[in-house]
Amino acid sequence: MTAATGTEPLVRARNVHKAFERLEVLKGIDLDVMPGEVVVILGPSGSGKSTFLRCINHLEAIDAGSIMVGGEQMGYRLKNGHLVKLSANAIALQRRKIGMVFQQFNLYPHMTVLQNIIEAPVGVHGESRASAVDNAKQLLARVGLSDKLNSYPRQLSGGQQQRVAIARALAIRPELMLFDEPTSALDPELVGEVLNTMRDLAGQGLTMIVVTHEIGFAREAADRVVFMDGGHIVEAGRPDEVLGNPQHPRTQAFLSRFL
Amino acid sequence: MSNEHAIAASPSGDAAARDVASAHTPFRYGQLILWIVVGAVVVNFAWIVANNENFGWPVVGQYFFDPTVVQGLYVSLGLTVIAMALGIALGLVLAVARMSSDPLASTLSAWFVWFFRGTPLLVQLIFWYNMSTLFPTLSIAIPFGPTLASWDTNSVITPMTAAIAGLALNEAAYMAEIIRGGLLSVDRGQAETAEAFGMTRMRALWRIIIPQAMRSIVPPTGNQLISMIKATSLVSVIAMADLLYSVQSIYNRTFEIIPMLLVAVIWYLLITSILNVGQGYIERYYSRGERRTGGAAQGAKPAAAAVAGEASH
Repeated sequence: MTAATGTEPLVRARNVHKAFERLEVLKGIDLDVMPGEVVVILGPSGSGKSTFLRCINHLEAIDAGSIMVGGEQMGYRLKNGHLVKLSANAIALQRRKIGMVFQQFNLYPHMTVLQNIIEAPVGVHGESRASAVDNAKQLLARVGLSDKLNSYPRQLSGGQQQRVAIARALAIRPELMLFDEPTSALDPELVGEVLNTMRDLAGQGLTMIVVTHEIGFAREAADRVVFMDGGHIVEAGRPDEVLGNPQHPRTQAFLSRFL
Repeated sequence: MSNEHAIAASPSGDAAARDVASAHTPFRYGQLILWIVVGAVVVNFAWIVANNENFGWPVVGQYFFDPTVVQGLYVSLGLTVIAMALGIALGLVLAVARMSSDPLASTLSAWFVWFFRGTPLLVQLIFWYNMSTLFPTLSIAIPFGPTLASWDTNSVITPMTAAIAGLALNEAAYMAEIIRGGLLSVDRGQAETAEAFGMTRMRALWRIIIPQAMRSIVPPTGNQLISMIKATSLVSVIAMADLLYSVQSIYNRTFEIIPMLLVAVIWYLLITSILNVGQGYIERYYSRGERRTGGAAQGAKPAAAAVAGEASH
């Protein structure tokens, strides 16, 4: 999928700063993501890549800069030239167009697979139950888990749970999907099934921002690779450029460990 | 190498004999003797109690369904249900307020819990009952401003409302801490996921957090409910005719103190036994996502479940 040119970016991050207590995690991130683009963020642990992802849907509030998603500033709105913080409920409304997949899956353990998937479409988006169930069944077929409709998350393997989590995020028909290290908590032999599912999605024109350590996935599925280190974006570009011919010494050092 | 070793260690001949599926448990004679001894002691003690005339069993039987006793039982049960329901509802509000980031809400909640948990329930009940000596009239007014409505305290605070207010507010303080503990026990990632999916805080609490917190809220709440049934006996000091008050009123007349107390004791035990069974069902309901096996497992043996499964086809 190549990014459509000439349109507005779906995500526009400008000079994003974030600190926890005195620890500066993000030191001025600028990033545009076009509709349909698949951006993979690589970087060593502690480079701020997961924090940046969580700032995009305002799970973390940023200290300086701005993040726009679909033309709306996340967490704020301009009122007579002044920037005003939004209420919790207004932020909840902004998040409705963003799907998210977590490292620890975070399925709701007290609900079956089907209930997990239809919870947000029915409860948040006001979709009818029947249509949400239909859609859930289609999504489960897509991730290859049609037979697990009535299972509880604890009865599934890690890879199956993460695929359900992906189906759950897709069920809200998101404009943007965020993946926060989706394969890091999985046994090595289960990583493949999750990456295959994500590769399918990337091929279908969904806008995705993926934080991961899977260099292979970045090479095959990404339109653009962003390498972060120490709270900065040190290098960004086409996967064959960044991964094949890295310019920055930090990128070279990081990638050399995977060769 | 290890393969040869394994073959050498277990000659093929005894493989069938060593199959643990065919193992049986040796009979434990020591355990049987213990059962017999304990059983004999228990039966003997029951026999002694049953035949001791001082317990007055015929009197117990005579008054067990006495209208006064049954009326007192209704009062005790009614008070328990109302005070517990109010206590849980208010406790939930207090717990959420305590955990909120709003300093006003969390401070008010902390003060409430501090006061109502820190003073004896008996004293609280007496204060509620004697409210009229402290505040002869109760009014709704704007602070430092005009009065909007006013009532005579004695017409508002009857023994019934004093008992409900005292028990419910005290219970709310304890329930607040139990519910807060339950909410804290839920993985932080769950609230975050609900948030990321655009749920409002109310919806996340109601649909995602509370159902998971219930697993750790139900057992101590069962405890509280049983305490509450017995705590209702304290309202006899403010002239509420609960179960204990009714048996007292009878033995003050007949002087059959022990038999009448036995009537009350047996009723209290009966109620708590029923509640224990109910608690078991509630706990099983809220642990439904915890079982690793699917559908047909409720502690039943796999074989029995399989037979039931076949029968239903």
